[in-house]
Amino acid sequence: MSDHLLNDLSLFAPETAITLTLVAAILADLIFRRTPLVVAALVLAGFVVTGLLLLGQTGVNASIFTGMIAVDSFAVFFKTIVVLAGILVVVFSMESGELNSPGRKLGEYYALLCAAALGMMLMAGASNLLMMYIAIELSSLSSYLLSGYTREAPDSSEASLKYLIYGAVSSGLMLYGISLMYGLSGSLDLRAINRALPQVLSGGGAASFTLLIAGVLALAGFGYKISAVPFHFWTPDVYEGAPITITAFLSVASKAGGFAMMIRFFKVTFIDAGAVALPAGTWATLQGFHWVDLVAILAVLSMTIGNLVAVWQNNLKRLLAYSSIAHAGYMLTGVVVLSNQGLAAIMVYFGVYLFMNLGAFYCVMLIADKTGSEDIDEYKGIGGRSPFLAVALAVFLVSLTGLPPTAGFIGKLYLFAALINSGWTWLAIVAALNSVIALYYYVRVFRNMFLRTEEPSSPGITLSWLQNAALVVLLVPTLLLGLYFTPLVQLAQASVRLFGTP
Amino acid sequence: MEIAGIGILSWITFLPVVGMVVVLMLPKEKKDWLRWTALVVAALQVVLGAFLFMRFDRSLAGINTESGMQFLEKFSWIDVRSVSWFGRLHIEYFLGIDGISVVMVLLTALISFIAVISSWNIEKSLKGYFALFLLLDTGMMGVFVSLDFFLFYVFWEVMLLPMYFLIGVWGGPRREYAAIKFFLYTLLGSVLMLLAMIALYFSVNVYIDPAGGLHSLAEAARGMGQGWEKIYTFNMLAMMDPGNFVPGSLLAGVDTSMRYLAYGALFIAFAIKVPIFPFHTWLPDAHVEAPTPISVILAGVLLKMGTYGLLRISFPIFPDAMRHFAWELALLGVISMVYGALVAMAQTDFKKLIAYSSVSHMGIVVLGMSSMNTQGLTGAVFQMFNHGTITAMLFLIVGVIYDRAHTRGLNEFGGLMNQMPRYAGAMTVAFFAALGLPGLSGFISEMFSLLGAFQTFQTLTIIGAVTIVLTAGYMLWVLQRVFLGPLPEKWKDLTDMNGRETFMLATLGIIVIFFGIYPAPILNLMNSSLNTLAALLQHGAPAAMTSGM
Repeated sequence: MSDHLLNDLSLFAPETAITLTLVAAILADLIFRRTPLVVAALVLAGFVVTGLLLLGQTGVNASIFTGMIAVDSFAVFFKTIVVLAGILVVVFSMESGELNSPGRKLGEYYALLCAAALGMMLMAGASNLLMMYIAIELSSLSSYLLSGYTREAPDSSEASLKYLIYGAVSSGLMLYGISLMYGLSGSLDLRAINRALPQVLSGGGAASFTLLIAGVLALAGFGYKISAVPFHFWTPDVYEGAPITITAFLSVASKAGGFAMMIRFFKVTFIDAGAVALPAGTWATLQGFHWVDLVAILAVLSMTIGNLVAVWQNNLKRLLAYSSIAHAGYMLTGVVVLSNQGLAAIMVYFGVYLFMNLGAFYCVMLIADKTGSEDIDEYKGIGGRSPFLAVALAVFLVSLTGLPPTAGFIGKLYLFAALINSGWTWLAIVAALNSVIALYYYVRVFRNMFLRTEEPSSPGITLSWLQNAALVVLLVPTLLLGLYFTPLVQLAQASVRLFGTP
Repeated sequence: MEIAGIGILSWITFLPVVGMVVVLMLPKEKKDWLRWTALVVAALQVVLGAFLFMRFDRSLAGINTESGMQFLEKFSWIDVRSVSWFGRLHIEYFLGIDGISVVMVLLTALISFIAVISSWNIEKSLKGYFALFLLLDTGMMGVFVSLDFFLFYVFWEVMLLPMYFLIGVWGGPRREYAAIKFFLYTLLGSVLMLLAMIALYFSVNVYIDPAGGLHSLAEAARGMGQGWEKIYTFNMLAMMDPGNFVPGSLLAGVDTSMRYLAYGALFIAFAIKVPIFPFHTWLPDAHVEAPTPISVILAGVLLKMGTYGLLRISFPIFPDAMRHFAWELALLGVISMVYGALVAMAQTDFKKLIAYSSVSHMGIVVLGMSSMNTQGLTGAVFQMFNHGTITAMLFLIVGVIYDRAHTRGLNEFGGLMNQMPRYAGAMTVAFFAALGLPGLSGFISEMFSLLGAFQTFQTLTIIGAVTIVLTAGYMLWVLQRVFLGPLPEKWKDLTDMNGRETFMLATLGIIVIFFGIYPAPILNLMNSSLNTLAALLQHGAPAAMTSGM
């Protein structure tokens, strides 16, 4: 037994590392009150160590703590995304003028960032409904606090409160769904539920209707985390009000955790283990519960509404919030196809989304720190005054649109390929047409940056070497992965394995 | 054919990128250095183009065989080994030209060169201008030399963003509207092309040997080598062999509704670019707002990418759908011809008139290629070349007068014949070439197109032929309004063309006259390719794939 536990603990090392970082950050904050950079450096180191420990888990396929958490290549991939986002966001936070205003204590900020990351990493691995719920709550509670961290800004408090209220409602719904699921199957473990479900479903209409309700309620919890329409209402306000660093973190890491958890929930719980004669790499869901159609509807709604509403936004943070809703929609299409190819496509998409979305938010942050505004109208003439920054932002936005030769194109290509290959042609057409709408609002930013000029008096934005270096670090993969994407695709293809599924 | 270990087609395609890097490193105050860098790059492209022209083997057909393609370059670009549930992803960097593409490569080199000279008097952020211009150049060249659909698509899209900025930053008063309209229209087409491309990818299987060579399924059936692996492919030539389609796949079979759908998606993508009625509405805006050199590129090269795409991709891959919709294609061509000419006649803005005349003239290309016979196809491809040179002249002519008078209103001019004699000469040549006067190049290509089309669609061709009269009408009317009658007082001090302008127009003018009298050098280039394409379109059975595909 103790052998088991020791083994489990060694597989839990990345999470342990981030927890220790959290504790160390709080302690360091007590000692180095006057120099917040010490805490930042400590947390950065903690994230890097966590990342290295994750690298050591390549190829592991296990379940730890009596089935509470799965450690498989799928979870490791999403944890890596969370950690990479964490590293970049810590760097952003060190640079952010908004956060580093005089008199603000940042010790708790970094500690909460670690807590949120821990929650998201647990979300990626949780294979028990209760564990899932705890993971969601851990990441959400930290996120509520973080999004209200600049509390003197009125938007920030509003954002935090809205986030809390929506979060409370959706986790309440999810908890209700979990209780129904437990009532039906008598278990909280995903695999045990899966084994119990065929018998439940054979019980007839009432049972399968209850299951549908339970599934929809659980979907509300996931949909809230990945900000899919119609659970997206918090997103624009929170993204606009929160500090940009936190917005960036939520838009990537929180989505990654949410997607990982959602995929695991649907794939492990509702897979039809007895299905025969399926092409390699595809699976069937249990008869009697049509969650695929539900997810397809969510995908179409998220893409279309996210993109159409983004067209009308004037605040770039808000615009990126709606665009992130649309991106959640694109990625949801990868869930619909029920194949490893779809999963790999989502992972490829996350791999590129990490760089392009964080890059876009970083540029917005650098500009907002200087101009004090995120209004698109304030971007006039930036292309002439700060060419490198403007070109970098343009590259990230082009990549978000999905035009070659940027990485965003590869993400779209893989998703569309998965859709067409599995016969979801109409969904591919909807997604493709949506990227044309998306172009329209991204181009508004180009237009203001390059096509319109302001009175020449306004000064250019000068960047420190660290800021330039951070931009280059984000730019290189955004461009390189568009021209040579073999490593990313190989990594994604190697990471589709979920514990407990064939 | 290699220079310094790199194939000549790579050189001609990526030289502009090298130039772009140089431009970006130069200080922005050194305006002449920037201009000369661009000019040297464009001149080198012309030299390479001339080299291609001389070394091109006129007897090889190309179209759907690799052995018929020339100046081949082929490397593995993306290679992701297969996993149990997903085949191996193999994308090639595959360049090669045949009789259709070589004409377009020559045209691109020539027009880019002229456009650089025409950019000489641009002053606003010159560094950004030439960087984007050269990137655009690479995109255009790449489209014409790619034989891998994925590579083709990347080049096709690379060209979008520079064009958006070139119109949007350096354009006229309504440039923002024109630029975004161009961008959205083209992207709409491209995403449809992307979907068709993916559908084709999952429908076509070939075998790959350990050395990376592709083999058609028929070849594999005759005898497989060691370690051959079955893969999906983006190779265009493999897509042209019906034998490579996986039975039961999305686009397998002949005349299925999915094939029509994919053909339709590709058609919209290319038709927007041409532009064919009713997808043409972006063109007048883009042309009117674009600065002169960019109008020249737009009309001279970009529009050809649409018709080239139809000839290179849509027709050989979907000959069945092409035959099925040939009449509709011809009809759209005729509507574009007549409609473009009628709208052009109503214009008082000089540049808008030329823009609509482009719609009309590209309609002739579409009508010609819908004929499915050698004459019609020859006419179409030759008309693509001629329209490139003639319309480039026309836009330069508009630019010359606009630079001096700062207006394009046709009704404001008059009596310029004596005021600007050299200008009058150049304009007369260009206009007569555009209206199809025998002895100038436009006549030959229009004649071939109509002759070819008449054999297939008699009524439509007769209706379309009316355009010749309409074109003569609006073209001569322009000449009359600009050159004849009394000279208004305010134009008394207009100067004639300077040396730079004369050089550009004279170069193009000589080409127009030369190919009008002696078109054989161009026709010889494309003859065997178009014979093969016509046979493929008429009989549907392409020549068997030769070994070592």
